[in-house]
Amino acid sequence: MQSPQVNKEPSTKALEDQLLEVNGLKTNFYIGKGKVVQAVDDVSFSIRKGETVALVGESGSGKSITSLSIIRLIPSPPGKIVEGSIRLEGKELLTLSEDEMCKVRGNDIGMIFQEPMTSLDPVFTIGNQIAESLMKHKKLKKSAAYKEAIELLKIVGFARAEEVIKEYPHQLSGGMRQRVMIAIAMSCNPKLLIADEPTTALDVTVQAQILNLMVEMKDKFQSSILLITHDMGVVAEVADRVLVMYGGQIVEEAPVRDLFIDTMHPYTTALLKSIPNIDVDLKRLDSILGTAPPAHDFPRGCRFAARCKHVMEKCLEENPTLVEIKPNHKVRCHLYEHQGGLYSE
Amino acid sequence: MAYIIRRIILLIVTMALVSLITFAVFQVMPGDPIRIMLGPDADEVQIETLTKKLGLDQPLHIQYFDWVGGLLTGDLGQSIRFSKPVSELVIDRLPVTISLTIMTLTLVVLVAIPLGIFVAKRKNKLSDVVFSSVTQLGMAIPSFWLGMLLILYLGMNFSFFSVSGYVPWSTSIVGALGALLLPAMTIAIPQIAVKFRYVRNAILEQLQLDYVRTVRSKGITEKFVMYKHVLRNSMIPILTIFGLITAEVVAGTIIVEQVFALPGIGQLLITSISYRDFPLVQGIVIYITFVVVFINFLVDILYSILDPRIRLS
Repeated sequence: MQSPQVNKEPSTKALEDQLLEVNGLKTNFYIGKGKVVQAVDDVSFSIRKGETVALVGESGSGKSITSLSIIRLIPSPPGKIVEGSIRLEGKELLTLSEDEMCKVRGNDIGMIFQEPMTSLDPVFTIGNQIAESLMKHKKLKKSAAYKEAIELLKIVGFARAEEVIKEYPHQLSGGMRQRVMIAIAMSCNPKLLIADEPTTALDVTVQAQILNLMVEMKDKFQSSILLITHDMGVVAEVADRVLVMYGGQIVEEAPVRDLFIDTMHPYTTALLKSIPNIDVDLKRLDSILGTAPPAHDFPRGCRFAARCKHVMEKCLEENPTLVEIKPNHKVRCHLYEHQGGLYSE
Repeated sequence: MAYIIRRIILLIVTMALVSLITFAVFQVMPGDPIRIMLGPDADEVQIETLTKKLGLDQPLHIQYFDWVGGLLTGDLGQSIRFSKPVSELVIDRLPVTISLTIMTLTLVVLVAIPLGIFVAKRKNKLSDVVFSSVTQLGMAIPSFWLGMLLILYLGMNFSFFSVSGYVPWSTSIVGALGALLLPAMTIAIPQIAVKFRYVRNAILEQLQLDYVRTVRSKGITEKFVMYKHVLRNSMIPILTIFGLITAEVVAGTIIVEQVFALPGIGQLLITSISYRDFPLVQGIVIYITFVVVFINFLVDILYSILDPRIRLS
């Protein structure tokens, strides 16, 4: 468990160090009968160059929608980004035309998805699907693109890359397909790699390989990673900083070491407790009681209140704001409000 | 390759079964062809002579193998009504029906696929709803009536169209087009009205799939997403539907050839049935089933070209 860069560097590091800045992002889904699902509600965070940020939370917390909002691939309708700003190296992405956005996708931002079995087009060869990005963004000729595709396949660990480019997705295993996905995502040397649960659908042994490969690729291409996961084990292994999402909002943000040692939000505590630990003899695995509130009908107060062990009267009345309690450690919880926000120790 | 060989074997087995069923059906049909040929005044000696001459006194399995042997060498027997070889009669009429079938299929493909894409892109918008209601209309219109409407409104007003009869391609290409376009439209319009919905649904279904999101995440423009990836994947279900259409179109020609007085296989079939010309009916039925079976074979081969999962399994 290491988090080298983050703790060394002060949070007020110069702005040009920032790769991605998301500010006040709101993404709604209009599901008919006037119902509005606030899938992402006022989410702000940033990612520095070379940094790996994990976005964690259970299913339906809005983490995937946040990542799809960044590359503007929200299924629309019914989804719509209604507010906020997403800047990549200072360039606003939300006001780009669709054509300009196509030049960002796959080029500046690469993406890996959860389902390797269905994420590749079944009727085109692996080579074709890797070369497609290279021809589009690097303006390579077909033969040059295929040559480059072979190189990429070798980098992601295919010994017989020359044969694999002629093969079809159904001829590869899940782990191999995810390697292909990584090759596609990294093909144009993106500044940011978004990985949406990249190991969830894989065997445990393959999971570690894929994670290592991602980190390797990140270092090789000097990219940043936004890793979406619900697996705290994965977070501990690769992340520098962690964002915890609940009910479409960020409830805690901290450097990875801090999050594990000085957990603040009751939801994060519960999330960490639900990881099996070999040293603790438990009859049953801890789970978080209850379910998340429906996203089209959030309560007035704190969205976690109904499941929280420390719930107070105030929690039912008023949704807390995200406050920086210690340097780089923010939390959205009334429990910490008496600490008066910034740096009061 | 193994796939294609399997399909060829299947084609042969299907054709053998078709020939057996056709043969059996004509055995159990009421009416003695010999008596029909000779008329009510024939005496027993005449009947016996002709039965012997036509080989109908042989055991059934011998008759069947004789007939199949004839099929394989292109000899479909002798027509009773026309006193000509059946194969000659069929081949004479073939160009009309084949031209009509191909023209109809071309119209269906050229209109239904682009229309399906157009409507899929406008899912739930006004044009989608309007075109979808047209489907109901298309299904409800009987083809003989549609044919008459087309004759009335297009055929009578534009000299390009001929409303009756056939001009061979070798005589005049424009003439042939003019003679075939209205009948082709008559068969094609109801098909288009129904089938473009299938195209729309196939495309919308593909658009839901994960790989589309991957392609978009690569920065591929929506045009390429649609025409390279989605359309190519949709062609697999669409092809199935167009394989089925072919059988319906072949059946459609039978009626439409009557309406437009086209001297095709369909007209020949109706004539032969009304004259109890069994060898001719049998020959035409075999021909039609062969066309349908063969087109299904082609569809299977096309599948393997379109879908590597079939080709390589």
